[in-house]
Amino acid sequence: MNAKQADKVATIVLYVIAGSVILILAALLGYILIQGVPHLSWHFLTAPATAFTAGGGIGVQLFNSFYLLFITMLISFPIALGAGIYLNEYANQKSRLTGLVRTAIEILSSLPSVVVGLFGFLLFVVQFKLGFSILSGAIALTFFNLPLLTRSVEESLRTIPNLQREAGAALGLSRWETVVHIILPAALPSIVTGIVLSAGRVFGEAAALIYTAGQSAPALNFADWNPFNVSSPLNIMRPAETLAVHIWKINSEGIMPDAAAVSAGASAVLIIAVLLFNFLARYLSNSLYKRLTATK
Amino acid sequence: MTNKILKTRNVRLYYGEKEALHGINLSYEPTGINALIGPSGSGKSTYLRTLNRMHDLTDYVTVNGTFTFKGQDIYAPNMDVVELRKEIGMVFQQPNPFPFSIYDNVAFGIRISGEKDKAILDERVETSLKQAAIWDEVKDSLHKSALSLSGGQQQRVSIARALATQPQVLLLDEPTAALDPVSSHKVEDTLMSLRDQYAMIIVTHSMSQASRISDQTAFFMDGHLVEVNATKKIFMNPDKQETQDYISGRFG
Repeated sequence: MNAKQADKVATIVLYVIAGSVILILAALLGYILIQGVPHLSWHFLTAPATAFTAGGGIGVQLFNSFYLLFITMLISFPIALGAGIYLNEYANQKSRLTGLVRTAIEILSSLPSVVVGLFGFLLFVVQFKLGFSILSGAIALTFFNLPLLTRSVEESLRTIPNLQREAGAALGLSRWETVVHIILPAALPSIVTGIVLSAGRVFGEAAALIYTAGQSAPALNFADWNPFNVSSPLNIMRPAETLAVHIWKINSEGIMPDAAAVSAGASAVLIIAVLLFNFLARYLSNSLYKRLTATK
Repeated sequence: MTNKILKTRNVRLYYGEKEALHGINLSYEPTGINALIGPSGSGKSTYLRTLNRMHDLTDYVTVNGTFTFKGQDIYAPNMDVVELRKEIGMVFQQPNPFPFSIYDNVAFGIRISGEKDKAILDERVETSLKQAAIWDEVKDSLHKSALSLSGGQQQRVSIARALATQPQVLLLDEPTAALDPVSSHKVEDTLMSLRDQYAMIIVTHSMSQASRISDQTAFFMDGHLVEVNATKKIFMNPDKQETQDYISGRFG
């Protein structure tokens, strides 16, 4: 076989591999959507779940998922931003400490989420007496999310050419002023992309939440917006089963007659939400980039 | 020799232990163009960056020597680097406008120092863009992103941005190296039109550029200042054999 033939064979093999990856993805998505979408209705999306009878919805779980995501981002984004800025703009790149921090982040990102969940359970739920709550769940998810988000902020800052930093310095800006006025605005599109993509991952996370945010979804009173009331949706100390946890629970111990249908519907909603996050990330990053660079 | 605006004596710069500049003595008139020429790695850019303390940003770099700007020691501990860099502006090899509008780019330095008055900002932006000879090309699109301009236009906006803080000295680190000949020519014209108002120090690889636009030329080699003189003298009848060899293209 000569070089030309070998190249041809390699090309075909690579095409087949790439094609099968897409095929698997398409089959998965197609299966979940075909199974789930027929069950979707306004009622399904808004009604509370039922334990023993058919016709329950996922309204509370859906709200919990978004609210938990919001609280998680509220905690993790400022930390990730600070850490990312430190690592890329301030840290001495050759020092041991920086290497140590990077290694720690890498290890943190490879921890299995169920371990993070159990750790959160022991420390926050039991030791700090936070109970099964949105707060415990959000902190556990922060552990899960922080390394990825920090990495993505750091990468976003790294793509800004050094020329921009020098230009800032040459105008007499301090390092901090350069970061705030030049580097962050320039990196904004890719930072936003990072946030939205990590939101997609957090949204679908179940294992880390089972033991922290809990597996029960007490009925919520959507007319009560006082965050200190037990039935208020905004209360962060209440247990909150999310959509992903709900799917896991129905499939392991659901006894409602339409369990299969609810599970399929909930899965479809979850997948659609994650897909939306991905499209949103792309759209936001493109439009922000255009606003920053192209003609208005 | 008292009317020099900027004087440097015995400038030595170290990367860690290694000495990269071996005692440079140069001084500059308050106006006119000074060219620094020499082969790659001769230390001319490194030297240029000592003048506005750009090496402060880099770890492991030590700068020694006497730097006097209008009678003040540039490296004095109480020197306000922010003020210094407003008076000694800098333009880089790659055009590097910020990803903002043309107006915001030019107004940036003045805004950062606290100027909020719209009328003053407008006036200063217009003057700077006119000085940089780009006003006519951008006056109708001041709020377009500076990144939408061509490389040559971006470089002239970068010059306008440096001029907006009303510096007295302008450092130019190979400002035309990344530009096509037509754009280079425009930037050169811009510099020529500014020579009566500013002290400009330009690092350049182009010997023809140095001979066309500069009043004084300094030839660097291996971290030494080989020779400094009126540009005409350097190019017609240099004192040192190395200078003669370099400008006649025998090496470098």
